[in-house]
Amino acid sequence: MAMTLITTNTSSDAATSDFTTGIDNTYKLYVFKWHVVNPATDSATLGFQVNATDDPGGDYDQSPITSTCFTAYNNEGDSDARLVYDGGPDQANGTGFQGLDLSMGNDADSSGAGELHLFNPSNTTYVKHFYSRAQGHHSADYAWSTFVAGYINDTTAIDDIQFKMSSGNMDGIISMYGVG
Amino acid sequence: MGIPTLISTSTASDSSSIDITSGIDSTYDEYMFVFTDIGPATDSAEFLFDTSTDGGSNYASTKTTTAFAASHAEDNSSTALGYETSYDLAQATDGQQLVNSLGNGADESAAGVLHLFSPSNTTYVKHFYARMSYYHKSNFNFDLFTAGYINQTADIDAIKFYMDSGNFDGVIQMYGIS
Repeated sequence: MAMTLITTNTSSDAATSDFTTGIDNTYKLYVFKWHVVNPATDSATLGFQVNATDDPGGDYDQSPITSTCFTAYNNEGDSDARLVYDGGPDQANGTGFQGLDLSMGNDADSSGAGELHLFNPSNTTYVKHFYSRAQGHHSADYAWSTFVAGYINDTTAIDDIQFKMSSGNMDGIISMYGVG
Repeated sequence: MGIPTLISTSTASDSSSIDITSGIDSTYDEYMFVFTDIGPATDSAEFLFDTSTDGGSNYASTKTTTAFAASHAEDNSSTALGYETSYDLAQATDGQQLVNSLGNGADESAAGVLHLFSPSNTTYVKHFYARMSYYHKSNFNFDLFTAGYINQTADIDAIKFYMDSGNFDGVIQMYGIS
């Protein structure tokens, strides 16, 4: 057993990056790693949402998420550095996309990278926990390190996940691994 | 993350503890414990770990640790980010909390990962860090980060996971990281 690469999605000016196969009870932990993600729209946020098995092929808008978010940041001018709770991306049983990599710049050399851990998505007894860490080049020229965690407040199994920008398309690579 | 190799899977079913007493040795410099579906029988329970240097006959290792957390209520009434002084240890032999005030509702649980470094080293203290997402008894999400060192140079060869009160369900997978 190991950390097994299941799928790699390479996006080129794409609206979404979808993983609709390979999420099942094979693994207790799924890890999604993204890198060289660059939005078409300045200050867009990379986020995710899921479909549960009672909404196959759905629109990624039915699963309630309660989550936390905090960030550490520092600007290139070294004039603004802080560690703060960020009440913008968090959700309180919201069904929106969960922000992971925030307010990314769309300059030619701007990008973001990070990873999302999703625990036992096939369980049908408990809520589904996740957490992430992202490092982005913020649109205002900051290093922006974001920590998100939460649970999908649903006991139905999850078998689809979609990543997309809050606005516009994106380039980038997102890989899904199974651990176990 | 390096390449993880699954060493063992332990399943708790209304169990008082999970004791892993084999497979922790000098084979790997890092061990990773993945927790899924950790559900307590008792509401507001703490989920803890402790280590042993004698194969699990005795626990209560000395630890100095840190803890901080972000939290958010399901009804959006409260958010917080801060250091958690009641979860840390200062040269104490208590178990280290990985989760505090875990809810015991039917769908309430915890999940996360603990990393333990070089447990067989006999020169240095033993470092660890963990991150857990969990369903707090008051319907909050908590994102709890703990880290620290086991302040002993003797080799660690066993680890125990348990609740401070009552039994629990859950799965703990131990990986060696190469």
